Amino acid sequence: MDITRFVSTHKKLLLVGFLFLILIFLATFPLYAGKYDVRVLTFILIYVVLAVSWAMFSGTTGYMSLAPAAFFGLGIYAMALLQKELPFPLIIAIGGALSFAFAVLVGLVTLRLRGMYFAIFTFGLVVFMTEIVQYLETRLLGRHGQSIIPIDNDTLFYIMIGLAVVTVLITYLIRRSRWGLALLSIGGNEEAAEHMGVNTTMVKVFIFAISAAFMGAAGVIAAPVLLYVNSNIAFSVFYSFMPIFMAILGGTGVVYGPVVGAVILGYLETTLRSQLFNYFMLVFGIIMVLIILFLPSGITGLLPILRDKLKGVISKLRKENEGEPHANT
Amino acid sequence: MGERVLQLIIVGILQGSVYGLLAMGLSMQYGVCRVLNITHGEFVMLGAVLTYMLSTGLGLNPLLAPVILGPLLFGLGFLLQATLFKALKARAPSPAAFEGNGLLAAFGVLYIIEHIARITFGSTLMPSYYLADRVSFLGMDFVLNQFVTFGIALALGVAVYLFLNRSRMGKAIRATAEDPATAGLMGVNTNMILPFSFGLGALLAAVAGTLISTKTAVSTGIGFSNTVIALIVVVLGGLGSIPGSFVAGIVIGIVSMLVAGLWEPILTVPVYYAMLMVLLLVRPTGILGKK
Repeated sequence: MDITRFVSTHKKLLLVGFLFLILIFLATFPLYAGKYDVRVLTFILIYVVLAVSWAMFSGTTGYMSLAPAAFFGLGIYAMALLQKELPFPLIIAIGGALSFAFAVLVGLVTLRLRGMYFAIFTFGLVVFMTEIVQYLETRLLGRHGQSIIPIDNDTLFYIMIGLAVVTVLITYLIRRSRWGLALLSIGGNEEAAEHMGVNTTMVKVFIFAISAAFMGAAGVIAAPVLLYVNSNIAFSVFYSFMPIFMAILGGTGVVYGPVVGAVILGYLETTLRSQLFNYFMLVFGIIMVLIILFLPSGITGLLPILRDKLKGVISKLRKENEGEPHANT
Repeated sequence: MGERVLQLIIVGILQGSVYGLLAMGLSMQYGVCRVLNITHGEFVMLGAVLTYMLSTGLGLNPLLAPVILGPLLFGLGFLLQATLFKALKARAPSPAAFEGNGLLAAFGVLYIIEHIARITFGSTLMPSYYLADRVSFLGMDFVLNQFVTFGIALALGVAVYLFLNRSRMGKAIRATAEDPATAGLMGVNTNMILPFSFGLGALLAAVAGTLISTKTAVSTGIGFSNTVIALIVVVLGGLGSIPGSFVAGIVIGIVSMLVAGLWEPILTVPVYYAMLMVLLLVRPTGILGKK
C-alpha cells in the first residue's frame, strides 16, 4: 500500500472530496454551534471574500491596491441606504454592481500609475470616501451614521457561504483562463506583456473591477453583522489592510492561500479582540510586522520549501541506512 | 471679502510651512531609504503629545521641547531603519517587493506606536496651546504662534536643504538616494546613511509635532490624519524631492485654509485628493519632481 502513489494519482478526487467535506462542515455548522460562533464564522467568510478578491488582482499583477475598504464600505452604505426599499439579495447585487462601476472609473484613472503612486492613490481613495460620504450624509440626510436592521444569523451565514464559494470559484476560473495568464504576465513584466499583444489596460481594469464587485457584495452582507455603521466604520483603513495581510500570510501564489490566511487572521482577530481589548491593536500591529518580516511569501509559499527539506532528510536517512559513504567527508 | 481671502491665504502660508516640514521628513525617508513610511504621522503625534507632557510635567517651554524630543525620536527612527527595514530589504527578492513590504510593515508599526501611546497617555484632548495671543499684521488679526511656527519651520527647512546640498554628509545622503550600491562602492557608509536619513525624517516629524501642538489641541489620535496630509503633500511635491515637499506644503496649506474658510472644513481632504488626482494625471512626478 503506497500512500504517496495513491495521493498523486487521485489528487483531483481527493481535492474534491476535501472541499466537499469543508462545505458539509460549513453547511451544518449552525446546527451544533452557538449563535456567537456562527457570527464569527460569518465575519471570517467576509474576510475570505475580501482577501481572495484582493489577491485576484493585486497578488498576480503586483499592483498593490490599498482600496479594499473603499469598495467594501460602498457595499455597506448601499445596504444602509436601501435596506428598507429593496429585498436583501437585490441589494447584494446592487452593492456589487456599484463597486464594479466605481472600480472601473478608478481603474481607468489610476491604473497607469506604477508602483508606490498606485498604492498612495488607492490609500487616499479610502480617506476620500470617508470624508465625502460623511459630508453628503450630514448634508443630505442630516445625520452621521445609522443602525442596520438585523437579519437572521443563519440566513446571513448561508448567503455568505454562497458568496465565498462563488468568489473562490471565479478566482480559480480566472486564474486558469487566458485572463489569468495575462494577469501573471503583467505581474512579470508589463511592457513585455503589452508587446506580446495583451491588452493590459483592459485586463487590469476589468479584473480590478471584478475584485471590487466581490468586495462590495461582501460589504452589503457585512452591514447587518456590524449592526451600526457610519463613514468611519464603513471606510476604515483596517478593512483595507486586513485582507492584504491575510492574503500575504496565506500566500498569493495559489487560490487557497488567501483563504488560509483569512481563516487564521480572522479567527485571531475575533479571539484577541474579545480577550485583550485595549491591547488588541498593539498585539495585532506586532503580528502584522512579524508576518511581513518572516512570512512574506506566505504559509503556502513555505510548503514547497518544507517538502524539499523533508525529501532531503528522507533521502539522507535512506542513504545512511544503506551504509553509503558521504561523497564529501 | 477680498481682505478675508487675503487673510486666509496668509494663514494658509503660515500653516503650510508646518505641512512642508512634516512632508520633508517623509520625502527624505522615501527618497533615501525607499520606505513609504506611513508611520510618519505617529511620529508627529509623539512629538506633539510629548511636547505637551514635557511642558505640563516639567514646566518646559514647549518650543524647547524638540531639544529633548528630537534626539529621542531621531533614535527611534534610526533604530527602525537599522533593524526592521534593513532586515526587510535583505530578505526582499526585488526593490519593488521591498517597497511593498516596507509599506505594509510600516502599517504594523503605525498600530504599535499609536496604541502604545494610547495606553500610556489615554485618548483625551490635550489643550497644548502656546503663544495664543492676538497680533495684528497688515491690519488683520492673526495669532502669534502662527508666525513663530512659520519662522521655525522655514528656518529648519532651509537648514535641512543647506545640509543636504552643502555638507559632506548631505552629499553622501544624496548619493545614497541616487544609487545605494554605487554610493557604497564609492566609500559611503550606507549602513550608517540609511538609518541616519530615516532618523532625520523622524526628527523633522517630531519638530512638526511640537509646532502643531502650539496651535491646536492634540491627542494620541492625530497621527493618521497627519500621515494622510504628509502623503498628499509628498506626492504633490514629487516623491523624494525635498524642496518640492516644502513648496507643496505651502500650496496645501493655502488650499486647506481657503476650502475650510470659504466652503466646508470637512471637504479639505476630498479637495486635496481631487488636486492629487489631477496632478497625477497631468504630471505624475509632482510639482518639482525629477523624471
